Amino acid sequence: MHLGAIFDPKTSARAFARAKFRSYLFSLEDARRSASRGSKLTMPNENETVVSRRDLLSLVGTVAGSTAMYQAMTSLGFASESNYTGPIKLSGDVKGASVLVLGAGLAGLTAALELRAAGYKVQVLEFNSRPGGRNWTLRGGDSFTELGGTTQTCNFEEGLYLNPGPWRIPYHHRALLDYCKGLGVVLESFIQLNHNALLHASAAFGGKPQRIRDIKTDFQGHVSELLAKVTQQGKLDEAVSVEDKEILLQALRSWGALDSNYAYRGGLGAAPVAGEPISLSDILKSRLWSGLRNFALHQFQTTMFQPVGGMDMIGKAFAREVGDLIRYDAKVTRIQQSDGGVTVSYVNAKAGSSSPATPQTAKADWCVCTIPLSILSQIQLDVGPRMKAAIDAVPYASSVKIGLQFKRRFWEEDEAIYGGISYTDLPIRQISYPSNGFNRSGRGVLLGAYIFEGANAYEFTSMAPADRVARAVELGGRIHPQYRAEFENGISVAWHRVPFTLGCAGYWSEKTRAEHYDNLCQIDGRIVLAGEHASYIPAWQEGAILSSLDAITRLHERVVRM
Amino acid sequence: MRSNPGKPARSDLTTISLSAAVAVGLALISLAPRGAHADEETRSRPLASLSTGFRFTESTGEELFASACQGCHMPDGKGAVGAGTYPPLAKNGNLEAGGYPVYVVVRGQRAMPPVGIMMNDDQVAAVVNYVRTHFGNQYKDAVTADDVKRVRP
Repeated sequence: MHLGAIFDPKTSARAFARAKFRSYLFSLEDARRSASRGSKLTMPNENETVVSRRDLLSLVGTVAGSTAMYQAMTSLGFASESNYTGPIKLSGDVKGASVLVLGAGLAGLTAALELRAAGYKVQVLEFNSRPGGRNWTLRGGDSFTELGGTTQTCNFEEGLYLNPGPWRIPYHHRALLDYCKGLGVVLESFIQLNHNALLHASAAFGGKPQRIRDIKTDFQGHVSELLAKVTQQGKLDEAVSVEDKEILLQALRSWGALDSNYAYRGGLGAAPVAGEPISLSDILKSRLWSGLRNFALHQFQTTMFQPVGGMDMIGKAFAREVGDLIRYDAKVTRIQQSDGGVTVSYVNAKAGSSSPATPQTAKADWCVCTIPLSILSQIQLDVGPRMKAAIDAVPYASSVKIGLQFKRRFWEEDEAIYGGISYTDLPIRQISYPSNGFNRSGRGVLLGAYIFEGANAYEFTSMAPADRVARAVELGGRIHPQYRAEFENGISVAWHRVPFTLGCAGYWSEKTRAEHYDNLCQIDGRIVLAGEHASYIPAWQEGAILSSLDAITRLHERVVRM
Repeated sequence: MRSNPGKPARSDLTTISLSAAVAVGLALISLAPRGAHADEETRSRPLASLSTGFRFTESTGEELFASACQGCHMPDGKGAVGAGTYPPLAKNGNLEAGGYPVYVVVRGQRAMPPVGIMMNDDQVAAVVNYVRTHFGNQYKDAVTADDVKRVRP
């Protein structure tokens, strides 16, 4: 029987990922020692920095089965802490220098805002007809044409929306929060953990979703009971002092809701009569405990935020400041540099075959290029071989999001689920309930699927948009049967089909980072790159902004020194 | 921009009615033709079943193409153009040497992820052989699972 993992994508701080690496290697080593299997297993070096990620993944797959494989694959996005220390200070004479910024996502917008404030002459070229890039919101009336040519029109009711890209902001993403404050972007709570939301595995509990609170409380209770037992038996005497032993027992009673005999009988406070707990064995075999990490990991701890009205409020707020610098619908085709400056060729992105695009050029002394590597790797670009190799080294992840509108907020009305996320091993992976508009009558929009990497992400990308929505409705209906009666319309964004990124985000491994990251971020002549792909917090808006601040700081130092 | 926000446009292609959702959910095999002039909506087949876990569970080249490749290279294999380009697989001379597509599928290339890590050797061989004998390609010298194994990192 296979139970897929229930795990949030984009997890894990760097340290966490490393610890996981080590624990995988450790358990793999154990497995090898004890295994009599005659497999062609080749062990990687113990030093995780020299292990190819793919070696590791195939090992994980061989030894631990595809559940572990999926977890490993979706948790290797090495995100590190934000190193933001406060507003950037670009002081000194810029001597009338000019900068051409390529891309009006958060990295490009940050660069434009700060460089103009520092005295530079700034212009921005943007492929889309709007600011923000992946900072993007789809509302009723919006339409979106994906690669392949299919146009979807969003039919959501006024006030309802889908954030196809970033959708939540951790409290420790200080740079992004600072810009939101400075630009007047109003935030509200994004609810990541709702104890009344669900954990679901198709083959566990007869396919019946379980409340997060039940799995969490009962798992905690059973583990506490076991630990109390071994503590009382003196088996922890070497690890725990006599004084601490007594306190530990008290703590286990409190934390695990144990009775006076240190037995777990279920229930933690809320219910007047303790319910029958789910057995430890059932919880263990269900693998639903793996879903609990989605609330413990650094990126997903409370408090999280979202902009009121949609994530694109941030891009729009930037554009209120620097919109006059942006030339939209500009598709960059060539980036040249010489000792004297940078020349970028571009065409009208909206030109059709009937009205062929006339190439135009923009010139500046310097260039901050935030074009995703998926696209930049295809553009003729005058940089050295090492930066070129770095640009070519980063695959772009697959990810799909689907928004579904329902006639009523049945998750609130029928199930008392107000915000939060349910996790499932079904291909849709998650259902997220809106963190706003609570307790209102009328329509509501769910995030009906958020798939990141793994075969399902590619399968959903490969479907026509209407089929994606239909699939999400069919699968989500196994968790919420109300789907069948209440569903109205939906819209899907598969990031490999998004014309302006050709993928979700740069997908670094430890190995490619070690080999290419520094080369990617160096200033090459008059060109410097920025964006989430040039950061240690990939796929997060914080990474895009930090990367931009870092790039323009270095660029500015060079300019004032010249 | 927001025309009629409260009223879903019934005629819109992408408005999914309940019956459509159920129909797609139950359909095991789409009857949509693979005709040369069929647009993407009709050519793109709903998959009979989706993979569980990280790896692809489809086994035939046709199924694997429809699960993995056509997301970017499109159902007709002709690729697509946005700010960047997905190259066409249709009538692609680079497929002449079978080892090349095997290598690209297994190792990835530039922004293209190494999708072959989600497939076993037989699956990679099957999808490469499918692409090399469809979409206007007629390379009859099939690659084998051993060819795939050799380029695994």
